Amino acid sequence: MSDEKHATAQKPYAKLLRQYGGILVSLIVLCIIFSVMNPRFMTVANLMNVLQQIAVIAIAAFGMTWVILLGEIDLSIGSIIAVAGMAAAQAFLAGFGFMPTLILTLLAGAAMGGANGVLTAKLGLPSFIVTVATMGIFRGLVSLPTNGAPAMIEDPTWIAIGAESFVGLPIIIWIVVVLFVFNHVLLSKTTFGRRAYLTGGNREAAIYSGIKVDRVKITIFMISGIMAAISGILLSSRLYSAQTNAGTSYELDAIAAAVLGGTSLAGGVGTMIGTIIGALIIGIMNNGMNMLSVPYFYQLIVKGLVILLAVWLDVRSKRAKQ
Amino acid sequence: MSAATSDVILKINNVSKLFGPVSALKNMHLTVRAGRVHTLLGENGAGKSTLMKILAGVYHATAGDVEFCGAPYKPENPQDAAARGLTIVFQELSLCNNMTVAENILATREPSVYGFINDQALERRAAEIVRDLGLPIDVTEKVGNLSMAQRQLVEIAKGLSIDAPRLVILDEPTSSLTEAETDILFSIIDRLKAKGVAIIYISHRMEEIMRLSDDITVIRDGEYIATRQREDVTIDELIAMMVGRQMNEIYPPRLSPAPPESDAPILSVEGFSRDGEFENVSFDVRKGEILGFFGLIGSGRSEMMNALFGMKAATGIVRIDSEPATIASPVDAIGRRIAFVTENRKEEGLVLAHSVEWNISMAALGRFAAALGFMRRRDERTAAVDEVGRLTIKTASVDTPVGSLSGGNQQKTVLAKWLLTQPRILILDEPTRGVDVGAKFEIYKIIRQLAAEGTAILLVSSELPEVLGMSDRLVVMHEGRLSATLPGGATPETVMAHATGITS
Ligand SMILES: Nc1ncnc2c1ncn2[C@@H]1O[C@H](COP(=O)(O)OP(=O)(O)OP(=O)(O)O)[C@@H](O)[C@H]1O
Ligand SMILES: [Mg+2]
Repeated sequence: MSDEKHATAQKPYAKLLRQYGGILVSLIVLCIIFSVMNPRFMTVANLMNVLQQIAVIAIAAFGMTWVILLGEIDLSIGSIIAVAGMAAAQAFLAGFGFMPTLILTLLAGAAMGGANGVLTAKLGLPSFIVTVATMGIFRGLVSLPTNGAPAMIEDPTWIAIGAESFVGLPIIIWIVVVLFVFNHVLLSKTTFGRRAYLTGGNREAAIYSGIKVDRVKITIFMISGIMAAISGILLSSRLYSAQTNAGTSYELDAIAAAVLGGTSLAGGVGTMIGTIIGALIIGIMNNGMNMLSVPYFYQLIVKGLVILLAVWLDVRSKRAKQ
Repeated sequence: MSAATSDVILKINNVSKLFGPVSALKNMHLTVRAGRVHTLLGENGAGKSTLMKILAGVYHATAGDVEFCGAPYKPENPQDAAARGLTIVFQELSLCNNMTVAENILATREPSVYGFINDQALERRAAEIVRDLGLPIDVTEKVGNLSMAQRQLVEIAKGLSIDAPRLVILDEPTSSLTEAETDILFSIIDRLKAKGVAIIYISHRMEEIMRLSDDITVIRDGEYIATRQREDVTIDELIAMMVGRQMNEIYPPRLSPAPPESDAPILSVEGFSRDGEFENVSFDVRKGEILGFFGLIGSGRSEMMNALFGMKAATGIVRIDSEPATIASPVDAIGRRIAFVTENRKEEGLVLAHSVEWNISMAALGRFAAALGFMRRRDERTAAVDEVGRLTIKTASVDTPVGSLSGGNQQKTVLAKWLLTQPRILILDEPTRGVDVGAKFEIYKIIRQLAAEGTAILLVSSELPEVLGMSDRLVVMHEGRLSATLPGGATPETVMAHATGITS
């Protein structure tokens, strides 16, 4: 590895620039626009704030990247985020401690994702249909314990996740960093990641090559469920409570982050680096427009247009290479 | 008439094409006359398909100009080209598997009223086209259910269905066809010729080229080499022009004697059946033996190989090393060191968007797994580079997406992928489909080498000379049944008699 790197000393950067140049430019342009319009935008405090705000979306988007890479979609993650928060709140109410609650919440995420995966893989149903259905089912489940009322969370360790810092950085940001590294390494450095790329690229060829595509698919939906559950933990920690409408329409932001980052909806193409840049773009747009007091409905319109623009630029540059 | 047939219909002047840094065509020129079959001959990656795609409006030339029917010609897209009377049958099949034959043939030109497709008119029109061409296909069938050969016929029907063609391009139309369908195609070509239509024909089958062509242009590495009339040239001269050296033989000699009959078979299949596809097939193959499989369309060879590889359920007994073996999936098959070079490289063999390297390592990922499932990327790269060298795959680098390789080089990549699994039993379904003569020889050499090292080889091919030239023994199939097991020295007449079922 080392001598190979030596021989191509600048190549990795050149490659990164070629691959992500487009969205990196978008990111920088956005930052410049917002800092010109509001001098408080480019402060350390505000950027920290942005990073914390994007945490929930970024982590969900890591899971979404896996799913989209496979040529599938997971619309249920917003609901899983809410279920995770409510599961934690109920576990604390039932007297569980921090660790058991944490494990239970993650297991709940894995189970919901696994259900999506099994229904998609074993029954051969399109994931779009399966996850539209489970999106409703999971959202309904959230309200069962409290009849639709929010549930408070008072566990101090749980609350600390969203409130405290560790060596100068908010814990939330550490979690994003760790999960980014984990997903990035799993996707780009392991045989499992490779199997995901191959299955997404051409499922039939993957089957012929001895890849257990159903197993890959179920595992990936489980990863998506677990990532959504972690997002749910962070969200409930920051809100000190589990809300029944938590995470509503977060799946759209997660899809947008992944697609902005170059993940192809046709499957087989995408990276975690792209996704984190995509999540940053969305987070900065949200934050910047909030600071400029842009009304919410304008924000929606602007966000939609920016996504269209970015995806169009991406498609165009890929065509130009032909 | 003779004045008309010598009319120049297409003139290509100094056309060049760059794909990024890769130069696919350099100052090409070509003159095609009405009523003549003009064959383009060149190695894999020489630039034949690229030139044809420029004529069809799929790519645009980087430099140079084209004259068609006496006017400057620069089509924006294939529809544009068709409107001018130029139609193309692409090398890589471009059909929608979940649509019917009729829908595919008339795609984008469906008979319709205010945007509503008239299904009956559609089927009637397609049936007419197919009947006029004399093709044996049912237009209501879904393309996904057809064999590769039938799909190729549909592709041909689709290409030939435009109203008044002046120039028809056929890019390796026969690579999946057996002789019977090839004959049908040739009579279609004769009829077109008689009507004064010009044909540009691409193929790697030399006998076919000599039978069909009027003019032959050889290109090499994207450059024009020479144009000859068929009468003035021999196969050997053409091959020499094409590969730039003499080639004396087509099939390399065996490296070791065929295994004796007394050897125990490594694989034996007994009463192998699957409803509607093949019935009661039995054969065995020994270590180091090359067992050929020949048959016409619908003989069930590919279906049987798929079943043997665990892609389809079948009944019967399969023994490996004399032990009964259950192969319920490709995972089982690969676990038993069986490899399967499938017939349909685009759908079953390759991930077109991924690199040559990823495609080559795809079936042998376990070999590159270190602790915790990490990939040993350096070993993977070394292996891929080795295979590219061994099979002389023409690619800018192993990082190039395999979809941008020429057809023949894609085929070699599939072969490389399966060789990397170091199989004990290697199933080859049309392994030299679309491969040029020089590279074919290399592939045959590798097959011989593997056999000498003890690999058992099942070689399915619709090219009779290939199966006869390579096999130690030969299984002939007819309509899903085994009709004969013949020794390697069988005559073509005997084989054809068993393949067509006309044995008395
Ligand atoms: N879309 C593309 N992008 C990049 N390179 C390409 C593309 N299409 C073709 N090439 C390159 O152009 C060269 C010529 O390819 P082409 O497909 O024309 O060969 P060919 O003569 O048709 O070969 P074959 O007999 O194998 O079909 C090859 O080196 C190929 O890799
Ligand atoms: Mg070609």
